[in-house]
Formats: sequence, structure tokens, C-alpha cells
Amino acid sequence: MKLVTAIIKPFKLDDVKAGLEVLGVQGLTVSEVQGFGRQRGHTEVYRGAEYTVDLVPKVRVEVLVDDLDAAKVVDAIVEAARTSKIGDGKVWVTNVESLIRVRTGERDSDAI
Amino acid sequence: MAKKSCGTRTLGAPVLTKGEPLVSHLLIAQQLLSAACPDPSTLPKYVPFGQALVDGSGKACASPAGTALNSGDNAWMLASAALVLLMTPALAFFYGGMVRAKNVLGMLMQNFGAIAIVSVTWILVGFTWAFGGTGAFWGDNHFIFMRHINDIVPALGSAQTIPTMTFVAFQLTFAIITPALITGSTADRWKFGAFAAFVTIWSIVVYAPVAHWVFDGFGWLNRSLITSSGGHFFAEDFAGGTVVHINAGAAGLAMAIVLGRRKGWPREAMRGHNIPFVLLGAGLLWFGWFGFNAGSALTSSNLAAYAWVNTNTATATALLGWIIVEKLRYGKSTALGAASGAVTGLVAITPCAGWVSPVGSIFIGFIAGAICACAISLKNKFGFDDSLDVVGVHFVGGWVGTLCVGFFSTTGTNSFGNNGILYGGRGKYGGWNLLWHQAAAAGAVTVYSFVATAIIALLVGLFIKNRVSEEDEQTGLDLAIHGETAYEFGPVGGASNFHPVATSAKESVGA
Repeated sequence: MKLVTAIIKPFKLDDVKAGLEVLGVQGLTVSEVQGFGRQRGHTEVYRGAEYTVDLVPKVRVEVLVDDLDAAKVVDAIVEAARTSKIGDGKVWVTNVESLIRVRTGERDSDAI
Repeated sequence: MAKKSCGTRTLGAPVLTKGEPLVSHLLIAQQLLSAACPDPSTLPKYVPFGQALVDGSGKACASPAGTALNSGDNAWMLASAALVLLMTPALAFFYGGMVRAKNVLGMLMQNFGAIAIVSVTWILVGFTWAFGGTGAFWGDNHFIFMRHINDIVPALGSAQTIPTMTFVAFQLTFAIITPALITGSTADRWKFGAFAAFVTIWSIVVYAPVAHWVFDGFGWLNRSLITSSGGHFFAEDFAGGTVVHINAGAAGLAMAIVLGRRKGWPREAMRGHNIPFVLLGAGLLWFGWFGFNAGSALTSSNLAAYAWVNTNTATATALLGWIIVEKLRYGKSTALGAASGAVTGLVAITPCAGWVSPVGSIFIGFIAGAICACAISLKNKFGFDDSLDVVGVHFVGGWVGTLCVGFFSTTGTNSFGNNGILYGGRGKYGGWNLLWHQAAAAGAVTVYSFVATAIIALLVGLFIKNRVSEEDEQTGLDLAIHGETAYEFGPVGGASNFHPVATSAKESVGA
């Protein structure tokens, strides 16, 4: 099993969700996060003074998938999240050792 | 307040001057002809309100007690006093929304605390030192502890149509909001106890005398009742551009310097936590300000209506001026800017309200809004942490409005006033001389308020630390000073972290 983690622009969440539903993905976890990449932060004006904002708001999407589905899921996220402008985010894949569904006790692939 | 007391220039009847302009002068002229009344200058300065002197034929004499209660005026003034009192809670929310969530109760408490403290000091001492007697710099003790409160106010004299107690109530609300305004420059770091001690002293030692200088017809910046010396000085401040706004602004600057910068300023923006509160507060200030300015006519009169419309007009254009400057300089018009612009307009029109025309008010508001939108950057330039822009809005806005009187004042609005530069004003009190008197009055209040505020704060600091500890500042005033939080969201899972101390042991045993 793989865990696909994506950091995307918040306004792209709906597109990413829709893309994953088309693929038949059964569940995902979304959290609001902050961070910076190569673009660093940006500047904002508050009451006549300029401030740099180091951490930019982003959304983190996490999806558990079978090994064979991982590539398709990654492609779907990248396609849905891309604006081709700076700050589009990143997607990465990690191995998952074991997986249990809390309600039934099912394990690994059965629990996805 | 200013206006009714100023003019002795018409009809050659010195001393008999105040009142609804034309009517009372005609009255005075007739009475002088009938000649049976005593010379008013020989009457004592204090006489009971509402007991008119009459001459042999039963006609009312012009005397310090010559005008009886006018119930219309009294009704309006009592309502105005209530309107102005609402401005301090409004200010609390205007400021409270601009501070961080951990300090909002500290801000609300300082404003409500000012209401409580000044309500007492004003009754005991403040009022009599502001409006008693005929001195140039300081009132007398005639009304101390509200004694003799059924006597007339000397400076109002025959113009007084409301009970002195109504005047006490109306002026009280001004005395409350002035020190409350200071709390904007000291946000997040002034210890509540030190603030309470400061306000107690400040309301008596700074507010009362400054109110006497400007609002009282015998005050040295408003010598409208002194006709003999030839040394008259007459600054036009209709509702408190100098007494309230420059006074509070200069004090706010002094306190920001005495207390020092907030931890983290100016590196962190410390953005306001609830901008809707700021707009709610600004809206209620706008509402209450009709009592402040239109009430300052002290009558339910045409002049009050002028002040009402002028106030609304300048507020509207200042709002526009501020957000236009924001759009041009930074690309966005903000809600916080709109609220600040509205308050700036209210500040700037305060000294002008009963002297200028509604069209003049359009310019006054717009100029003030545009200037103050830029003036809030002064604190970053000079490095003082005027946290919520008391200096940028009240000090600068008060100066702009006070100087605008010198340009926009017109006898078309108020026959007791003088024409400003734009209306071709001339003479000892008009035109450029008016502008000079305005600037001198504003300067005098600035210097006195700044110096006296710093001295009071340093004196209080000998007994109570003015500033909270670094740890308390980090925690926030709400929890550190007042032991509560404004927003209790509850911990994860919804269970409470708070458990009753006394019962928890019993329950666990008994169960």
C-alpha cells in the first residue's frame, strides 16, 4: 500500500477531489497547513505598513491506495492541481507498512 | 458649547452677550431702553437657575438668570448626553476588534473602567474645575461635590436654558471618552491598575482645566466673555477638536512613548482579530457623535441641525477619502480603512460642526480622511508604537479639523462665528487671525497634555508598574490580568478543562 500526500493551493481542492472521485478513490483526508517552497512568502499591507508573510496557506491531501493505483492517483492530482504558476505545490508517495480498519478489524488491502 | 458664549461685538451691549443670537440681542436692546433693570455687571456671578429678574413692568431683565428652562432644549440635551455616553462602549469595540484575540477583554475593561472612574471624579471635582467660576485657567470650587448645582453656570449666563445638572451630565460624557481614547495607543501592555490610577488623576488635572480653557467662555483660549482688557483670544472649537481629540491624541503619544513598544513591534503586524467589531464600533460612534456635535449647540435649534448635517457629511467624505488613498497607495480599499476613515471624519468635523457649511464639510472630511490615511505611517517612521493610531486619527485629525475652522468658518452658519480665509474673513478674529488663534489653541493643548500626561504616568509608575510583565504580555491581558478569555472554544473532544475544586473530591468519594 502507498500513502499519496499532496500539498496544493487551497482553491484547487475541489478539482482534486473531483479528479480522485472519477478514479473511484474511496476516501481521503484533508488538512489546512502553512508553509513555503522556493517561492518563499509574499508581502502584505496592514494599516499602511508592509509585512512579509513567510508561511503561505496550503491544503494537504492524503490518500491511501493500492500499490498499482498509486501512479494513476498521483497523475490525477497533479493534473487537477496544476495552474502552471509559482506555488502549485508538491505530491509524493510513501510506503505504508500495515493498515487496519477500526470498525471491522480488516487488514491491509481489504481496509483501503 | 463653544458658541453661544462668544459674542459681545454687536449692539454695543457688552457683557449681555450670550444666548440665541438674534432674539436675545433684540430682547436686550429693549430692556436697556426700559432701563429699570439693574446693571447686570453688578449682579453676583452665581444666581439660581430659572429665577428671572423682572423690571417694574414685569418684563424679564437680561441677567445671568434671565433665561428660564426650555423643555425642548432640556429634552434634546438629556438625549444627547445618553448618545455621547454610548460612544465609549462603541470605542471599546472599535479598539477591541483591532487588538489580538488575547487582549480584547483588556481593551473593553479599560474603556468601561474609564466610564466608571470618570463618572465619579466628574461629580466630585471635575465639573467644578472645568465650568465653575470666571477664571482664565481653572474653575472654582463652587460646584464641588455637586453643591450649589441649581445655580447657573457662570459662562452660560443668560444663555442657559437647561438645568445645570443637565449640563453636568452632558459634559460628563465628554470627560469620559477623552481618557478612553488614549487606550488605543497603549493597547496590549498598560496594566489595568496603573490605568485606573492614571485616569483618576488625568480626568481632574488634565481634562478639567483644558475643558475650562476652551469650552468655558472665561477660559483663556475662549475669552469671549472678557470684553474689557482688549486682549481677547477667541479660538472656535465647537465640540472638542482641541479639548477631546488633540488632548487625547497628545496624551496617547506621550503614553506610547512612556510605555514603550509592544513586544514584537514593528516586526509583527499584530493584525486585528475582529474587523466586524471595528465596523460595529465605528457605526455606533457615528450614531453617538450626533449627540456630541449637534448636542454641543446646547439648544434644540437650527444650529444643532447644521451641526448634525455637517457631522454626517464630513464623516461620509472622510470614509471615501481614506479608502481612495488606500486604493491608490496599496491597491486595496479595506473595511478597517473605511471604519478608520469614518472616525477621522467625525474627529475633524468636531471643532467645525457649528461654524461651517455642509458644502465646506464635504471638503473638511475628504481632506482629513486623505491626510490621516497617510498619517498612520508616522509611527513606523518615528518608531513609536501608537498601536491603534490614536495619533494618526485623533491627534492629526483634531489638528486638521481645528485648522480647517480657520479656512471654512462662515457666519452664514453661525452668526456668532467669524468668516474664515475662504469666506473673505478679516479683522481681529477673522481670516488669517482666526487661523492663528486656532493654531495657538491647538498648540497650547498639545503641549500641556503631552507634558502633563508624561508627568502623571511617571508619578503613577513610582507606585504601580505601568507596564505588564513580559510574560503577561505574551499570555495576553485577558487571561493574565483579568483571569478570563473572550473566546472559549473548548479543548479537543468537547470536554472541559475546568472542574469545580470543592465538589470534585466529594463526587469521586461518594460515587
